[in-house]
Amino acid sequence: MSTQNLTLLTKPRPVSGGPSLLTLIRVELRKMLDTRAGLWTALGVVGLSAVVVAVRAFSAQPEDQTLEAMMGYAIEPAGLLLPVVGVLLVASEWSQRTALNTFTLVPQRGYVLGAKLGAAVVLAAAMLVASFVISGAGTLLASPGVDGTWSMPLGQVGQYGVYLVISMLIGVAFGAATLISAPAIVLYFALPLGITAATSLSFLEGAGEWIDTQRTLAELPEGLVSADGWARVGTTVALWVALPLAIGAYRILRREIRS
Amino acid sequence: MEGGAVDGMLEFMIEATHITKSFAGRRVVDDVTFRAEPGSVTGFLGPNGAGKTTTLRILVGLTEPDDGRATVLGGPYAALERPGRRVGTLLDASAQHVGRRGREALALSALLLEVPGRRVDELLEYVGLDGGAGHKRVGQYSLGMRQRLGLAHALLGDPEVLILDEPANGLDPEGMRWMREVLRDFADRGGTVLLSSHLLAEVEAIADRMVIIGGGRVQAQGTHAELLPEDLTLARAVDGEGLAAALAGAGLVARPAPDGGLFVDADPDRIGLAALTGGVALSHLSAADSAGLERLFFDLTSTPAKAEPITHEPLIGASA
Repeated sequence: MSTQNLTLLTKPRPVSGGPSLLTLIRVELRKMLDTRAGLWTALGVVGLSAVVVAVRAFSAQPEDQTLEAMMGYAIEPAGLLLPVVGVLLVASEWSQRTALNTFTLVPQRGYVLGAKLGAAVVLAAAMLVASFVISGAGTLLASPGVDGTWSMPLGQVGQYGVYLVISMLIGVAFGAATLISAPAIVLYFALPLGITAATSLSFLEGAGEWIDTQRTLAELPEGLVSADGWARVGTTVALWVALPLAIGAYRILRREIRS
Repeated sequence: MEGGAVDGMLEFMIEATHITKSFAGRRVVDDVTFRAEPGSVTGFLGPNGAGKTTTLRILVGLTEPDDGRATVLGGPYAALERPGRRVGTLLDASAQHVGRRGREALALSALLLEVPGRRVDELLEYVGLDGGAGHKRVGQYSLGMRQRLGLAHALLGDPEVLILDEPANGLDPEGMRWMREVLRDFADRGGTVLLSSHLLAEVEAIADRMVIIGGGRVQAQGTHAELLPEDLTLARAVDGEGLAAALAGAGLVARPAPDGGLFVDADPDRIGLAALTGGVALSHLSAADSAGLERLFFDLTSTPAKAEPITHEPLIGASA
């Protein structure tokens, strides 16, 4: 501790322009993984995925050991838990009160929200790659020797990606709409259950086909989706991503930053 | 263009002009106007709930004022490019993720500010969080350590202006002295410091100018000398009653001081003469100084938040 030896950075300042969007995305990615909660959730997803695949590799029927079948299992933990990372990405800024620093360093709040969305997509893509590595390793290990062990339509690869990105963005949108971690996570898990229960009533049955995430999104990792299916996915995204995200954006951009 | 072009020519680095803010119908900040100059420490002094934090939040754009204008370095804070390189802020030392390591919290901001990574270690050392402390999670930090981390964070971008909300909270006496040295050094290098506090002694020890706020309004501002309303002298004598009588005899106004003795509205010469005339031996005679300021502080701020501060507006003919 001394007051004598703090070096001064070279003037003149300021550097022109603020940080680039890429820098912001990098920072947001790092923020997702540099806390205990974030790191362990991410490691948990990968670990769980590996366990699920390992179990299939040793126990399933050969026809359930193709890459596509393995991938269907490998991706589930990410589909389930990535939204939690998404919630924390936004809501922890308020729950952990770091919003104060974040928005004094980068006053362009929309820019920060954009970077969070970007980071969410990057993490979903990374999880897609990790799922492929894990399911590929599982397939190799099982070597089922059936036709089409390694074949997969390109469209299916894309659907896995869409599935993970939508899951992640639902989390981000819930985090943004609520700005508080724990209730957002509870809501994220409870609301779909409620919707599934409600739409099991006969007169709501039709709505369930369009808005029940457990039905609409579940199609994505399980074979190529029809045009109708995409329309249902689109409706789900509008309700579960666009709507809460719009509420969240309004709250973050317009309201004062309280933490 | 803001910032660079007018750099160094600004007379006031921080300027609040008629800032007003209400929450749920309650006026928290009421027509607050003050400035902070380069090369000086401005103390923003007031009891808890006086509106200090809200004012500072308005200065850095986290809260939108209902009325008035807040500028930092000649423009609104939010319009500064890379504000962290020009204005260091510490608004709440506890506003850090408890699960993040102290060094990591600084490293993240270093990325945003695009300052070299070695500056993180340099600052950790500067604030005394080097060694193992930087690798502990913020959740394990004491409030004093969080304040140190917060100050390191504020200084990270090598700013020209520091805006600090209650930076001495949680610091031990040695830590406070250290903080004073850091801020003094910063101001002596030409920097502008605005710090808030609810403790008079703390502000008095470091601030060149004070802005006293109470009930959301600026009650007084100026240098130490400007704030002391008149010559005020503290006089003590073994024979206290005799002294009071002697002063009264000389026509001097006196009132009891908190720690014994009397505050007298007169310079020491006249008091000494009055004591001699009254045949009382003085045991203490000095300018009241901080005691006087303390009285002023309490007079100005101890009114209930809702009470009207002293104004000089005419009672009749005010706009309806």
